Amino acid sequence: MGKAVNSSNSSSGLMGWIDARLPVTKAYKEHLSEYYAPNNFNFWYFFGSLSLLVLVNQLLTGVWLTMHYKPDAEQAFGLVEYIMRDVPWGWLIRYLHTTGASAFFIVIYMHMFRGLMYGSYKKPRELVWLLGMFIYLALMAEAFMGYVLPWGNMSFWGAKVITQLFGVIPYIGDGLLEWIRGDYNISDATLNRFFALHVVALPIVLLLLVVLHILALHTVGSNNPDGIEIKKNKDENGIPKDGIPFHPYYTVKDIFGVGIFLLLFMFIVFVKPDMGGLFLEHDNFNIADPGSTPEHIKPVWYFTPFFAILKVVPNPLWGMIAMFSAIIMLFVLPWLDRSEVKSIRYRLLPFKIALFSFVFSFIALGYLGMIGWGDTEKLVARILTGVYFAYFAFLFFYSKNEKHKPIPERLTH
Amino acid sequence: MKNLTLIIILFMSANLFASGGGAHLESAQTNIRSNDSLVNGAKLYMNYCSGCHSLQYQRYSRMAADLGLSKDEVTENLIFTGAKFSSHMTKTMDNAQVKEKGWFNNAFPKDLTLVAKSRGNDWLFTYLKSFYKDSSKSTGWNNTLFPDVSMPNVLWELQGIQQASFEEHEDEHGIVSHTFTGFENITEGKLSHDEFDTAVRDIVNFLAYTAEPAQLIRLAYAPWVLLFLVVFTFLAFMLKKNYFKDIH
Repeated sequence: MGKAVNSSNSSSGLMGWIDARLPVTKAYKEHLSEYYAPNNFNFWYFFGSLSLLVLVNQLLTGVWLTMHYKPDAEQAFGLVEYIMRDVPWGWLIRYLHTTGASAFFIVIYMHMFRGLMYGSYKKPRELVWLLGMFIYLALMAEAFMGYVLPWGNMSFWGAKVITQLFGVIPYIGDGLLEWIRGDYNISDATLNRFFALHVVALPIVLLLLVVLHILALHTVGSNNPDGIEIKKNKDENGIPKDGIPFHPYYTVKDIFGVGIFLLLFMFIVFVKPDMGGLFLEHDNFNIADPGSTPEHIKPVWYFTPFFAILKVVPNPLWGMIAMFSAIIMLFVLPWLDRSEVKSIRYRLLPFKIALFSFVFSFIALGYLGMIGWGDTEKLVARILTGVYFAYFAFLFFYSKNEKHKPIPERLTH
Repeated sequence: MKNLTLIIILFMSANLFASGGGAHLESAQTNIRSNDSLVNGAKLYMNYCSGCHSLQYQRYSRMAADLGLSKDEVTENLIFTGAKFSSHMTKTMDNAQVKEKGWFNNAFPKDLTLVAKSRGNDWLFTYLKSFYKDSSKSTGWNNTLFPDVSMPNVLWELQGIQQASFEEHEDEHGIVSHTFTGFENITEGKLSHDEFDTAVRDIVNFLAYTAEPAQLIRLAYAPWVLLFLVVFTFLAFMLKKNYFKDIH
């Protein structure tokens, strides 16, 4: 924290009146103008602010969609078409929302990969990482339930298959399944509760978690591509020598990032909103029909790595355990990696190979999760699932006495 | 910047995962920007398809506005049901009739508003061209892309009647299978082969339009939105460069 500054702007006038009652200027300084961030942020550091941008996009477009949509199994599918055709600019609002859902996962995956590369999950940022993982979990629930709302055939069958997973839990499975669905099958009751959770409960949880994530980050300070703590080198005013105020430096830089992101994002929204069936699936242009099963039931692309892990295991219960374990492993990452060095820049080849294999397995499993399987695909998916889990085991043992390159005192660029 | 290029490539390669499907599909080569094709498609659709198939989310009035047709043109030439200009394009035949008479093996004709999104243009194009005479079926027709389909070949008058030839294979277990080898016209249609292709292409184009009428506006806005963002991003880059000149 910077020293108390004898600022005159907060003592008089309207701001002074407000500051005496609500610490607006103090918060502005703490989180923006006097929050010192490392001066060597690179490309990978755009994705934090971008995920905030996408979150705001989802909230705003979501509110406007809600004005025209009803969670009614008889009407939902038709109302989506009503939004696309009869509501002025409804098509744009909807495409911003559907593209935003996929964009959310793209930026979040990039953001998480950044954390893995530069060791941002390691001490003292364990809680930042954990809160981020809870955001990811809430986002998955939010996206899953949102996908059911258009009441297309893939909405129906996707929801049926995924909720069915809870039915395989011994003893409580059947009751739990009925409790989640609110019926014996995916039905109007399910649509209603998923709507409530999607537009009320989960957005509140997400917003709260995002605030906590940022508060925790601003308490310990941002990591950087070198993985060195800038707080160890402060000048006589207590300001980190390698730090620059978040505002204006990173606000201005992030606006540039926003420009690049929006170019890609709006290209998709205006030119290819269904991304050839990847963002809006072909089967979801058919109304939900319990009597007609789509050829390949699969979730949207951002869930397919986990869906592939689920399919690898022949027993549904163990498949579900494997799938959830794949996510839980990420939660415990801060305690699995025992190395004293954070950034990939100063770690040696074995780590780099391991991280590359992990990312490769995740992407390849994502691809396999989208297609139908023969024997070869099943075998490859098994190997890749092995690679995915092996990363965590490797990291645990390898990092204990890990050798590394010399770590510099000050930031490099 | 290298990273950025990589991401752009990843984005674009997503198209690789676009819907495949087993059978060989002919490329429809539709052009949504061709108004002539859309108008011709609308005429053909209304004449040959609208009796049995609804476009329950598409309004006549919206079609008129998007295709540059007047209210009179649509009311006099394209509305066969006496429906209002502003109403949805629903079919003439009702499902009770289908059930009562046992038509189409009791399969109700599907709504086609979104069929171009769920099936894809190439599938529709290939499907409409793949009907052949099959006297073993109750409708007298079959389809190589959609075997045993309940729909008859409504375009036979334009296309002429096709016969399909198959090669018979027998595997080591004595199971006989048939591979489609080609079509042969046994009667001539009103249209030549190329003219028929164009007619089918126009119908598919029209269905691609009804699946998402907003795409006409969307595509018209796209260059301007992207141009604005290019300028915005350039200015943002210059601003960022200016701020960071003292940092690195």
